[in-house]
Amino acid sequence: MKPMKTIIALVFFALSFGVQAVEGSSPLLKANVDVFDLESVRRGAGYFVDYCMGCHSIKHLRYSRVGKDLKLKDDVLRKDIMPDGAKVHESFLTAMDPEDAVKWYGVAPPDLSLVARARGADWLYSYLKGFYIDQSPTRPTGVNNLYFKDVAMPNVFWDLQGLQKPVIATHEGSQVIERLEKVTKGKLSDEEFDQTMSDLVAFLVYAAEPAQYARLTLGKYVIFVLLVLAILLFKLKKEYWKDIK
Amino acid sequence: MASEKAKSLLGWIDERFPLSSFVSEHLVKYYAPKNFNFLYFFGSLALVVLVIQILTGIFLTMNYKPDAALAFDSVEYIMRDVSWGWLIRYMHSTGASAFFIVVYLHMFRALFYGSYKQPRELLWLFGMVIFVLLMAEAFMGYLLPWGQMSFWGAQVIISLFSAIPVFGEDLALLIRGDYVIADATLNRFFAFHVIAVPLALAGLVVLHLTALHTVGSNNPDGIEIKKNKDENGIPKDGIPFHPYYTVKDLFGLCVFLIVFALIMFYWPDFGGYFLEAPNFEPADSMRTPEHIAPVWYFTPFYSILRAVPDKLGGVIAMGGSIVVLFILPWLDRGEVKSIRYRSGIFKIALLLFVISFIALGILGTRPATPTATLFARFFSAIYFLFFLTLPIYSTREKTKPLPERLTHAIIPLEQLEGWHWNLVRRLLAFITASGAYRRLKETIASYMDKIGGAMEEIKKKYCK
Repeated sequence: MKPMKTIIALVFFALSFGVQAVEGSSPLLKANVDVFDLESVRRGAGYFVDYCMGCHSIKHLRYSRVGKDLKLKDDVLRKDIMPDGAKVHESFLTAMDPEDAVKWYGVAPPDLSLVARARGADWLYSYLKGFYIDQSPTRPTGVNNLYFKDVAMPNVFWDLQGLQKPVIATHEGSQVIERLEKVTKGKLSDEEFDQTMSDLVAFLVYAAEPAQYARLTLGKYVIFVLLVLAILLFKLKKEYWKDIK
Repeated sequence: MASEKAKSLLGWIDERFPLSSFVSEHLVKYYAPKNFNFLYFFGSLALVVLVIQILTGIFLTMNYKPDAALAFDSVEYIMRDVSWGWLIRYMHSTGASAFFIVVYLHMFRALFYGSYKQPRELLWLFGMVIFVLLMAEAFMGYLLPWGQMSFWGAQVIISLFSAIPVFGEDLALLIRGDYVIADATLNRFFAFHVIAVPLALAGLVVLHLTALHTVGSNNPDGIEIKKNKDENGIPKDGIPFHPYYTVKDLFGLCVFLIVFALIMFYWPDFGGYFLEAPNFEPADSMRTPEHIAPVWYFTPFYSILRAVPDKLGGVIAMGGSIVVLFILPWLDRGEVKSIRYRSGIFKIALLLFVISFIALGILGTRPATPTATLFARFFSAIYFLFFLTLPIYSTREKTKPLPERLTHAIIPLEQLEGWHWNLVRRLLAFITASGAYRRLKETIASYMDKIGGAMEEIKKKYCK
C-alpha cells in the first residue's frame, strides 16, 4: 500500500502550493463588523451620507428600504440620513455628475451597492484605514493607499484620522512599506476612528445585501420544519420497510 | 361513495389515456433491487433539482432583462425589490451547484457499481448527453448575471473554439454573435439557457428513465435481479418502487433539502465558490479580473485544458476527457460489475481516478503557477490512464465469485477485509470504549425516546 501513501502526500503537497499562490501585498486588517448591531449600521448610514455620497452612489438601495430594515422612524430617517430635498423612495444617489468626476479625478467613482460583496468587509476596512502621505508628483491627492495602489480617491477621513506616513523597510533588496505611522493627530482617537470605520463598513455590508436580515432569520424556521419532516419521513420509511429483509 | 366516484373517474380516463397502466408499470409494478444504499438517492435527487431549477428559473425570467445594459441591475432588482426575489435567486444559484454535486455523485455511483455495463450502455450514453447539456446550460446561465466573471469566463471559454483549425475563428464568431462577448452573446445565451437546453434536457431525462425502466436498475452487488424470478414472474430480490422507494427517496430528499437550506440561508456564496466575488462587479470589457477561474464544477476540466501547453492540444485534451467517459462501457471489458467483486487493481485505479478528479478541481480554482501546472499535468495523466489502462487489465482481472442473490446494502464493517478496515475497526473500538461516547449515546437515546413517546401520543390522539 506504499504507493497510496505517496499519492496522498503528493496531493497535500500540491494543495499547499495552491494556497501559497494566493498572496496579497499587505495582509488585510480584520474588520470587526456586526450587521445585526443596528445602531452601528445606522451610524454607518449617516457617515456614508456625510462623507461618501459626495461622490459615490448606492443606486440599488432606497432610503425607504433603509428605514424599514434599520427600524428607523420616518422623521429620524429624514433628519439623520436623507439629504435635504431627497424623496423617501429614492436611492442613495450622489449629486456629482460623472463627467465632472472624470474631469476632476480621472475616473468616475464606482457605485458602492455591491462593493462589500465584491471586495469583502476586511478589504474595505483596511482600505479606508490604508491612506498614507505620498508627495510624489504623480499623486495629485497627496496620498496613496496601501491596499489600492495609486487610487484616484483622496483621503476623506484625514481630519478624523490624522495623517499617516509609511515606514519603509528593505526586504530582499526591494523597498516595501512595513507599516503606517501617525504624523498628525486626528479629531478622533484611534479607537473612535476604528469604530467609525467599522460602522461604515457594517453599513456597506448591509447595503450589499439588504435581504440578509430576512435570509438569516427565516433560515432557522425552514430548517426546523425540514428536520421534523425528516424524522417523520424516516419513521414512515421504517414502517413501510419493516417486512423487507 | 367518494372512492366509487374516483374509480369511475379513473375508468373514464383509462378509456382515453393509459393512466392506470402507466402508474402500474413505472411505479407500483416497477421492481427495483431491495438493497439500494445512499448512493442510489442521487438519481431521484437530480430530477428534483432539475424541477427546482426550472421552477425558480421561470420566476427569475419574469424580472430578468437579457440586455447588456440592464442585465446586472435587473439581477440586483430581483435581489432587493422583487418580493422573495432573493430567495428565488439563491435557490437557483445554490441549485446550480447542487445539481453538479448530485450528478457527480450519481456518476460516481455508476463507476462504483458498474452501472454503465451491459445491458445499460444506452442508459449511460443518455446520461452522458444529459451531463454535457447540463454543462452547456450552466455555462450559458453563468453569463446572464453579466458580472465580471460571467463576462471574462465566457470570453476565455468561447475563445477556445477559435483554437480549432480552419473554421475555429468563424465558429467562435458565430457563438458570440460579435467579436467580443456583447449584447448579442447575452441574448442568444439567454435563449439557449431558458428554452433550447431545458427542453432538450427534459426530453433526455425521459429517454434516460425509459432506458432505465427497460433494463431495470443495477444494484450494489451488480447482479441482475431479473435472472431470479418467482412463479409470478416477479424478481425475488425486487420490491415495488412505489411505495418502498418513494418513501425512502422522500426521506433522502428531506435530508438533501436540509443541507440545501443550510447553504442557501447561511452561506449562499459558499466562500466564493457558488457565487464568485468578482461577479458582484458589472461586466467591464476594458478591465480583466486578476484571476479568471470558472465556477467550481468546471475546474477539473479547466485544469486539464491548462495542463497542456498548446492551446489546440489543451482543447483536444479537455474534449477528450469528456469523450472518454462516453466510451467507458466499451473500455471496461470485465464481466463483473460491482466494485465489491472486482480486483484490487480496479479499486486502486478508481481511487486514484477520484483523487485526481478532485485534485484537478482544486487546482483549477487557483492561478496556474509552474508547480501547480506540473501537478495538473500529473493528475491529468492519471485521469486518462484510468480509462486507457481499463481495456488492458479488465479482461484478466482476478474477481471474486458473484452471489446468487442480493446481499447487503452496505457491507457490515465486520465483514470487510483488508488492513485499512482493520485499522478502522480498531479505531472505532477505541472510540466506543470511551466514556464520552457512552454518555453521548445515552443522551441521544433519551431524546429519541422522548420523540418516540411524543409521536405515540399524537398517534393515539389523532389516528384512531
